[in-house]
Amino acid sequence: MNDSFKDHALNLFSTGFHIDGRKLDEYREISYETGISNQSAEGSARVKIGMTEVVVGIKMEIGEPFPDRLDEGGIIVNAELKPFSSWKYDSGPPGINAIELSRLVDRVIREGKYLDLKKLCIEEGKRVWIVFIDIYPINDAGNLFDASILASLLALRDAKFPHIKNDRIEYKNLSDESLPLSKKIPLSCTVFICEENIIIDPDSDEENFIDARLTIGITEDNVICALQKGGMTPLTAEEIDKMVDLAMKKTKELREIIK
Amino acid sequence: MAGRLLIEDKEVVIPGQELAEGMDYLPGGNIIREGEKLISVKLGLVNVSNRLLKVIPLVGGYSPKKGDMVIGRISSISSMGWRVNFGWAYDAGLSVRDCFDRFIEKDEDLTKYYNYGDYIITLITNIMGNKIIDISMKGTGLRKLGPGRILKICPAKVPRVIGKQGSMIQMIKEYTNCRLLVGQNGFIWLSGNNIEDELLAIKVIKKIEDESHISGLTDRIKEYLEGEVGIKNGL
Amino acid sequence: MGYEKRYDGRKFDELRPMSARIGVVPNSSGSAIFQMGKTVAIAAVYAPKLLFPQFLQDDEKGVLRCEYNLMSFSGSGERVRPGPSRRSKEISMVTEKALLPVLNLKEYSNCAVDVYIELIQTDAGTRCAGICAASLALADAGIPMNDLISAVAIGRIENKIALDVTKKEEDYENGMADIAIAYSLRLNKITLLQSDGDLGRDELQDAIKLAKIGCEKIRDVQIKALKAKFEVIKDE
Repeated sequence: MNDSFKDHALNLFSTGFHIDGRKLDEYREISYETGISNQSAEGSARVKIGMTEVVVGIKMEIGEPFPDRLDEGGIIVNAELKPFSSWKYDSGPPGINAIELSRLVDRVIREGKYLDLKKLCIEEGKRVWIVFIDIYPINDAGNLFDASILASLLALRDAKFPHIKNDRIEYKNLSDESLPLSKKIPLSCTVFICEENIIIDPDSDEENFIDARLTIGITEDNVICALQKGGMTPLTAEEIDKMVDLAMKKTKELREIIK
Repeated sequence: MAGRLLIEDKEVVIPGQELAEGMDYLPGGNIIREGEKLISVKLGLVNVSNRLLKVIPLVGGYSPKKGDMVIGRISSISSMGWRVNFGWAYDAGLSVRDCFDRFIEKDEDLTKYYNYGDYIITLITNIMGNKIIDISMKGTGLRKLGPGRILKICPAKVPRVIGKQGSMIQMIKEYTNCRLLVGQNGFIWLSGNNIEDELLAIKVIKKIEDESHISGLTDRIKEYLEGEVGIKNGL
Repeated sequence: MGYEKRYDGRKFDELRPMSARIGVVPNSSGSAIFQMGKTVAIAAVYAPKLLFPQFLQDDEKGVLRCEYNLMSFSGSGERVRPGPSRRSKEISMVTEKALLPVLNLKEYSNCAVDVYIELIQTDAGTRCAGICAASLALADAGIPMNDLISAVAIGRIENKIALDVTKKEEDYENGMADIAIAYSLRLNKITLLQSDGDLGRDELQDAIKLAKIGCEKIRDVQIKALKAKFEVIKDE
């Protein structure tokens, strides 16, 4: 506990504030825009949480179903954490952090049953729609998880099926038909623990010294659909309960913002 | 051929812009001569004083210079001393003998002097090939800074934040009650008694950075601080 | 029957609508977005960075490294597979060569100057939009440079030379040559020249002339973008 910045930030936390003056359980300003790549992608969105900015695009392809799910389409989530968006990333194939991020987004969407995979089936056992969700941080200023999940959901909501002609996808010719999405939106909130403080939405400086994080995916019916603990510090059951409680409150607020 | 100015004093200029023709004018900082022409190599504010032109950058990072007092953060510790990140590609090296006049035992625990994550203000004493940068803690004012945060500003704006004889920084300290220290690398160490004070200091420093090229800066900042402090006190 | 009227109704020497803005990636040393029609490029400069292994270092000057990338969803057809391709590697390399002649990297000796270019959406002319954005991002990062670089794609479509071609024009079936040109206008030098497709000698000269006219207009937009941040405040 000798880090000058951490000491200082903890002092501020103890007075109830993030280093930028927000309350500990407040998000930074959230804004979003959809259709940012409507010339190229079937769906797209940009989300900003404070200085953090993420863009997500949806591409659709036709493929074969998985052998154990012959009547279901597929989702493939990919995240790239590139040196474009922060000093802390290096060039190269996705590392473990990018993989964790993409798998988490996948789980919230899949287990939150946001996308009806059965309705992505074109011909059982032969041809199904595969939905690619590609996540690109533009500026990583902390809390990429929440920003990425939000942007992915918005991009899915923006997406339209392309027309098919002679078994080929006409990418430049989108139909009016949206993807088979549930009316109930699953969302996530990542809650962080730093000593005795429970906080959300840290910026990148704060993120550096956090003890543990818990990303909690929550459906509109307040069912937990995904969990991911990160960080080195173990959590108590009481802490987890408090974190879930906060996440349930915050995901409700997020849902209002994107409605 | 008589020289001809192609710009006005205090104009915003861009890289590649021709500033003057003829040999009458002399290229100062961030200006190159190509034949008869003076060309800016940076986005900045041109300054004309008699025949000398220079461009004061409006953007850009820090390049280390011998003799600069900079603020940095201990990034690693070895038996020989410390490595210090100060906003350059390569960390600076701080060796034990550049910290103390007294003898330090070989197996002494160096973390009790400077530990990982500590902020320090230090002096650049030597630079070799941009890679090997020596710093020293021997000198007035060089020290460990204690808990606080670092704001990063464009190093070219540092003189404006400090002000004439330190007048600007003094004014900010008085109005905000924050402890502040400005490094020539554009790192500003800041520590206040509460979040409101710090946010005000951050806002005003940002304002100076954004408006440093507009005349009447000191008065404007003073007015701003008076207004903000007035609001805080419910006036 | 030739190509008499452009698909989108533009004149043959007319550019698509452009926009540019600097400072769009706050983490970076300098950044810019450049949009040409529906092609949108963002460039972020991170400099100086340390450079390893050591044999890559140059003790005379910094090493410029460009990385051009299409976001997976930004192509005009199927999803682009993430990660570098032969195409993106080549474009990264020619982008470096297009920018280097105006840069002075002396103060970054033994360091890297990294330029990352991402395409969010594409409708042809991606490497040119990337170069325009990168040039702005380098200026925003305060990297010493003695000129801006502007770039545009020219097409020979049948017997016509067209400025700033779209994807639909690029896909024209009856004879098309696609020419990418970057200019340092002050030095009056061409820093990028690539073409594929049949091209007569005179047509090449016409293409270069037309590119110069186009680059002059692009440069105006670039200059405005650089000054915008500082002149808004002045008006207050």
